[in-house]
Amino acid sequence: MSFFLAASAARAAGITVAAASDLKFALPEIAAHYEKQTGNKVSITFGSSGNFYAQIQNGAPFDLFFSADMAYPRQLEAAGLAEPGTLYPYGVGRLVLWVPKNSPVDVARRGWDALRDPAIRKIAIANPRHAPYGRAAVAALKSAGIYDQVAAKLVYGENISQAAQFVDSGNADAGLLALALALSPHMQQAGKFWSVPAGAHPPLEQAAIVLRSSHNVDRFAVTHTNEAARAFLEFVKSPAGRALLEKHGFSFLAQAARPAKTP
Amino acid sequence: MNLQALLLSLRLAAVVSVLLLGISLPLAAWLAFGRWRGRFLLEALVALPLVLPPTVLGFYLLVVMGPRTPFGRLWQALFGHGLAFTFEGLVVGSLLYSLPFAVQPLVSAFRGVDRSLLDASFVLGASRLRTFRRVILPLSFSGLLTALVLSFAHTLGEFGVVLMVGGNLPGITRTVSIAIYDSAQALDYGAANRLALLLLLLSFSSLSVVYAVNRRVWSPWSPR
Repeated sequence: MSFFLAASAARAAGITVAAASDLKFALPEIAAHYEKQTGNKVSITFGSSGNFYAQIQNGAPFDLFFSADMAYPRQLEAAGLAEPGTLYPYGVGRLVLWVPKNSPVDVARRGWDALRDPAIRKIAIANPRHAPYGRAAVAALKSAGIYDQVAAKLVYGENISQAAQFVDSGNADAGLLALALALSPHMQQAGKFWSVPAGAHPPLEQAAIVLRSSHNVDRFAVTHTNEAARAFLEFVKSPAGRALLEKHGFSFLAQAARPAKTP
Repeated sequence: MNLQALLLSLRLAAVVSVLLLGISLPLAAWLAFGRWRGRFLLEALVALPLVLPPTVLGFYLLVVMGPRTPFGRLWQALFGHGLAFTFEGLVVGSLLYSLPFAVQPLVSAFRGVDRSLLDASFVLGASRLRTFRRVILPLSFSGLLTALVLSFAHTLGEFGVVLMVGGNLPGITRTVSIAIYDSAQALDYGAANRLALLLLLLSFSSLSVVYAVNRRVWSPWSPR
């Protein structure tokens, strides 16, 4: 369904963007600023990076892909489905331990120890098999030395948004979520969190890349669309774009503009 | 091959289809023979899962099972844990999700029973319950089997509701469809393909049974 919407939107003028769910709040704001500045339309579809990766391989009509990791964009570049040299690490995701506001557990004070509390019976994380945040959560639990103690409490969300939904609805008692989601107005109001130390897991580096798949659908405006995608990515790289990402919980590695390494 | 997920799905489908048959028999009888004028409302309610996306059902289930509703709190008090992320939770979700697949074949089978046979049974002094058991049920055999097999097959292939309330726990809530999705997400297309093919064959055989019975290819009660 969103395919059709995306495809028709692309023909209308602007660009279509596939984005990881942790950008749900940051990217629309960036796009709004960009649209106001340039008048170009940006339509965004959110979902799991793995899903998008598979869809793009099968010709999904996106112009730009914001993945929740580096691996998917690199693989697309290697497969010739992306514009070479456009890979850009737009930010580093952070993990937080989130509990609902009425939780008896003081996560801010207790940190990891909070998860040992008997009141915490279910802990929601994203599926570590394919979601970057899930892998980071497992790595962090292991480095904190409590993975074995809490493994039986873990429940898996299909992506980080669903993990958030599990805790937010009260069905899970705690969750290892994206800071970018915990900072959303709703989640800020509904709960409290403790920021997992950045060193607890390999950095959640996330990259965007300009796609080639738009050639398939948009025969008449190929160059135009592609330039528009590059222009939007340039805006994301600009100080204004970076400030907005930072505001929504993304940080940057010191050497943010590292060269794109092909696998 | 993810045998654990397959066995879990078969167990879920078996439990749900048997429970559903028990629930659907009185419900379908009431819908088929009842005289209440507002009956169409109940029929529409029963048919809802056919048209609602599983995400709607799953979303409401997640909310209802949570500690913010009386039902969620009651369950927590009775069993000491929430209903989400448990096998029982999947059973509850599947009962709702597959309800029309059990009720509708039964209703149409019941409605197809010749009225004069029912009159004859009453004239001979049989009670309503006895008439239901001895006349209506045997004559509705193919409807019964259809209801059983369809709700089994539909539960076997259930995805959205399980995804929304399951939490993907191996052996507890990771059903075949979730395992397939998982493998596809992890780009393990080989594993996804093997499980998917197996599910396809299972579903095809179940449906073949339904259509064979309805074509009277095989039926112990119906006249040749």
